[in-house]
Amino acid sequence: MSEPVIHTEQLTRKFGEFTAVDAISFSVGEGEVFGFLGANGAGKTTAMKMLTGLLLPTSGKAAVAGFDVFTETESIKKNIGYMSQRFSLYDDLTARENIRFFGGIYGLSSASIQEKSKALLSSLDLLPVADSRLSDLPLGWKQKLAFSVALLHEPKIVFLDEPTGGVDPMTRRRFWDMIYEAADRGVTVFVTTHYMDEAEYCDRVSIMVNGRIAALDTPTAMKDSFGVTTMDELFIRLVRPGAGEGI
Amino acid sequence: MTSAVEVKGVTKKFKTVTALSNVSLTVGKGELFGIIGADGAGKTTLFRILCTLMLADEGRAEVLGFDARKEYRNIRSRIGYMPGRFSLYTDLSVEENLKFFATVFNTTVEENYELIADIYTQLEPFKKRMAGQLSGGMKQKLALCCALIHRPDLLLLDEPTTGVDAVSRREFWQMLGRLKEQGITILVSTPYMDEASLCDRVAFLQDGTILAVNTPVGITGLFTAPLFAVRANEKHKLLTRLRSYPHAKSVYAFGSSVHYADHRPSASSEEIMRYLSESELQEITIERIEPGIEDTFMALMKTDDGSHHE
Repeated sequence: MSEPVIHTEQLTRKFGEFTAVDAISFSVGEGEVFGFLGANGAGKTTAMKMLTGLLLPTSGKAAVAGFDVFTETESIKKNIGYMSQRFSLYDDLTARENIRFFGGIYGLSSASIQEKSKALLSSLDLLPVADSRLSDLPLGWKQKLAFSVALLHEPKIVFLDEPTGGVDPMTRRRFWDMIYEAADRGVTVFVTTHYMDEAEYCDRVSIMVNGRIAALDTPTAMKDSFGVTTMDELFIRLVRPGAGEGI
Repeated sequence: MTSAVEVKGVTKKFKTVTALSNVSLTVGKGELFGIIGADGAGKTTLFRILCTLMLADEGRAEVLGFDARKEYRNIRSRIGYMPGRFSLYTDLSVEENLKFFATVFNTTVEENYELIADIYTQLEPFKKRMAGQLSGGMKQKLALCCALIHRPDLLLLDEPTTGVDAVSRREFWQMLGRLKEQGITILVSTPYMDEASLCDRVAFLQDGTILAVNTPVGITGLFTAPLFAVRANEKHKLLTRLRSYPHAKSVYAFGSSVHYADHRPSASSEEIMRYLSESELQEITIERIEPGIEDTFMALMKTDDGSHHE
């Protein structure tokens, strides 16, 4: 395996007495689709903030895209892509304006933005609507554009924080087609989701419980080792041992 | 009066966007009724009209026997509303929020405590904490308590489980089940298809239009094509291969398998197996399955270009 795109050792973050992330160690390889699961409050967001250079760890080690999470946070920010359901694009800008805006944020030159903008709009079939406000576009198109914009500066890795929350089942599946295409091009995808069927679409998944990684493996191996048939069952067993039947 | 909510031909437009288009539905008293739809389907607009926070352009909405346009005062005191966005006071504590809402509705926390006891006991250890400092799951439980504290006849919950993890979602639905037993009518919206099966009846909403209203069993009965769960060593190749099969009606990834629907009523797994065996795919398994809510929703959905999905 080539150099991992994410590598952490005993990565820890405390808030006062509370340990939000408790000595997590894992690696993610190039072109891998890595699912980062856990219950609300398990420490996922804190871990992601550290990996994206937004929050300094308390102790441990980690490198993302080859940069240190303690000393090179600015380089990390420039070399990763990020997208979430809550924050992606500006609805009151046009598709073209969004591309220009985010291209500028990522420090691309005007010439490069112009070139990429053209290529992107045409490959997404958005040229006819490139100058209408984003709020007028169907959600599926917006999502495609948001994902492409997160990859505009050709990062090695893209962090997707619940990218499919609230999305209809068909758009959700189209979004995963895009994730696979990006992974085929060698982009590493780090994704969080509350949809357990989507956990099955990842190459490997980790499940965080109370700040620790309680399980990390391929979905198949993980299900086998716990003797369950679905990720849903597995998740419930890890997160709330002893819980009854339900959804 | 036996219905808790009666919506007839409701249309609501925002400039160029039609949020709701001729929507009609009836929610019976004591029912746990689900509105299933994605972001932008019109769920929130429907809830706002029912809460009397917004007026319909056309049509009529009746809530608990009162007209949503003229008798909004009667409605407001009898419903509990939990909006999709967290809307409690973040700079008040858990306890203070609850007390505030009780006072607004002219009651006390003590008076209806037994209704929320089950949920509130989980919040009790944090009662002095500011609402803004709670975790997602705790915020949602507090919001539910605040919506219940005046013992409403109808509970309107707009996407209470969005962004909530699978385990907390399950616990939330168990709470709804217990509230239903207390005789409270519940209208709840969700983008999660698996939650639909926990409702007495559901309505599928897409682009402001109701695609179907039925019991969960009745809904899946609308899916008539033979459906198979197919597995193979390489999921992506399997999807591509199945999509190019001339008899394919729909092909969708579903967790660890692929759901394949065939145009021919008499399609057999042997035939599909023969077709797949002619490729480099291995470890192929095919199993005939019953359609679920999500299969049916996708079959009923209209695609982006406006055509009905095939």
